[in-house]
Amino acid sequence: MKDFFTKKKKYATVPSAKARQDVPEGIVRKCPKCKKIMYVKELSKHLFVCQSCGYHYPIGAHDRAEMLFDQDSYVAFDEKMVSLNPLQFPNYMNKLESDRKKTGLNEAVWTGKGTIEGFEAAVAIMDKGFRMGSMGSVVGEKITRLIEYAGKNGIPVIIFSASGGARMQEGVLSLMQMAKTSGALKAFSENGGLYISIMTHPTTGGVSASFASLGDYNFAEPGALIGFAGRRIIEQTIGEELPDDFQTAEFLLKHGQLDQVIPRSELRTVLGQVLSIHAEGGAE
Amino acid sequence: MGPELDFEKPILELQEKISELKKFMNEKGIDLSDELNHLQERLADLEKDTYGSMTPWERVRVARKLNRPTTLDYIPLLFTDFIECHGDRLYGDDSAIVSGIAKFHGRPVTVIGEQRGRDTKENIMRNFGSPHPEGYRKALRLMKQADKFHRPIITFIDTKGAFPGKAAEERGQSEAIARNLFEMSGLSVPVISVVIGEGASGGALAIGVGNQILMLENAWYSVISPEGAAALLWKDAGKAEEAAKTMKITGSDLKKLGIIDKLIPEVLGGAHHDPKKQAAFIDQALIESFEELSQLTADQIRNQRLAKYRAIGNYETVQENQTNHSIFSYSSDRQ
Repeated sequence: MKDFFTKKKKYATVPSAKARQDVPEGIVRKCPKCKKIMYVKELSKHLFVCQSCGYHYPIGAHDRAEMLFDQDSYVAFDEKMVSLNPLQFPNYMNKLESDRKKTGLNEAVWTGKGTIEGFEAAVAIMDKGFRMGSMGSVVGEKITRLIEYAGKNGIPVIIFSASGGARMQEGVLSLMQMAKTSGALKAFSENGGLYISIMTHPTTGGVSASFASLGDYNFAEPGALIGFAGRRIIEQTIGEELPDDFQTAEFLLKHGQLDQVIPRSELRTVLGQVLSIHAEGGAE
Repeated sequence: MGPELDFEKPILELQEKISELKKFMNEKGIDLSDELNHLQERLADLEKDTYGSMTPWERVRVARKLNRPTTLDYIPLLFTDFIECHGDRLYGDDSAIVSGIAKFHGRPVTVIGEQRGRDTKENIMRNFGSPHPEGYRKALRLMKQADKFHRPIITFIDTKGAFPGKAAEERGQSEAIARNLFEMSGLSVPVISVVIGEGASGGALAIGVGNQILMLENAWYSVISPEGAAALLWKDAGKAEEAAKTMKITGSDLKKLGIIDKLIPEVLGGAHHDPKKQAAFIDQALIESFEELSQLTADQIRNQRLAKYRAIGNYETVQENQTNHSIFSYSSDRQ
């Protein structure tokens, strides 16, 4: 009974704005789906997949390369290529510069080669942290060069897409990168080249409507947003609300647009299997 | 003639004045031909000034005029023996794209074009010229057929974009566009694409991977509509006029950027003032393009097309000693 009176009131402590700012960023992250808070260190051990609900956090190109390739097996290509601002778009160069600092990438795609489960592959990894992963001249050129490199060296191409679409600030030049990359894939494909497309969150617009949809195998990560037009634009156009799963990887699988939806934890294994089946060679 | 645009208003007013004066002369039997000649000269000057110095946004508005000639208006003026071919053999027939076989100056060709409506009723039927996947797949079917029979292909681009709809997404709008870019890259027959009105985004490019791209003077072609660009870049669709300028979307802009091969002049005031005369301008440009491409073998046709798009891009590779770029300072604290 005594305790009843002496029991201290429990207050939830709300940190002051100042204190909240003092918490170093990037130590914990809250799952946007199930709201569970996890240490980033712990999260990174699990390939940035929420252990409580399976939500796949979008990841940058450097993290992706690190978890994809066999240890110390990869090198990067064309790391010093930069856009020249063809339309003289105001403030564009500053935005590129700040995204270079933010991501440590020269552009919205990392390209290079390495081995996966022992198999050599030419790999492109888009990074949505750089101008929403949008495709302008440099992204188109880097991907095209990667495909050409793979063709010359007889190795497969794997592209991880993560993009809001074509880069607005380079106008029609961005649009034409769709034709450029698709043309490179056509030439590569006619020579028997293997191309595996992996769509990650988000893969939309001019990227989904070019190389991302052209894989011999089209895979996607769980929950990834994949589509041509933006959800809001569609809702405005047709005047109805769309189902929650609209334009998710699972939705695309159901509608026959994907071979499989592959959890991040199984990706390396599946890629290894596909590469191994192709390494055996088919009937000539 | 359709509704006049605000920048054309002074022309319209002067035209009315002239017709009033004529009426007055006839009714009263008074000779005012000096005055009339003077006004007609002024009108000619005014038209030349107005239409000769149109801003990008004014061109966009001309390109959108309901009475501007469409693919189906040009087909009978440019070709004989046109036979329309419907359907993609997979799902359905999309009337936002028309396609078929025909003869161009006696030579067999395949014709494919985006088709908007010329009135509200037709616009609804043709989905305002915004194709679904089955439209692009129909186009691809016709292109492959053309390849098989060694027929050159002429495509007319005129779309606000591929349709942003639920069914279009379900049936793979992205894949349909991507597949066309991929397969057009491998065609062994000449492909000439003519932008006759609006050319927005992947929905335009999906029938536009040509050996040559031709464009009418008042047509526009870009990665997105001016309204879309303004909304995305400045969160304000009202800034479309500014976007039309900044995005460099007109024929003369794209000629300077090296994207299009030929700029086709338009009848004064726009193609709708005289579709027949406009078709003659297009005809002339097509003949020239065919002549240029007829020098090439099938392999050269493919390679020329691949090389054309391969070369598009504006970038540089910075040297080690350049310090104005920060691309080597990877900060690991990013989330």
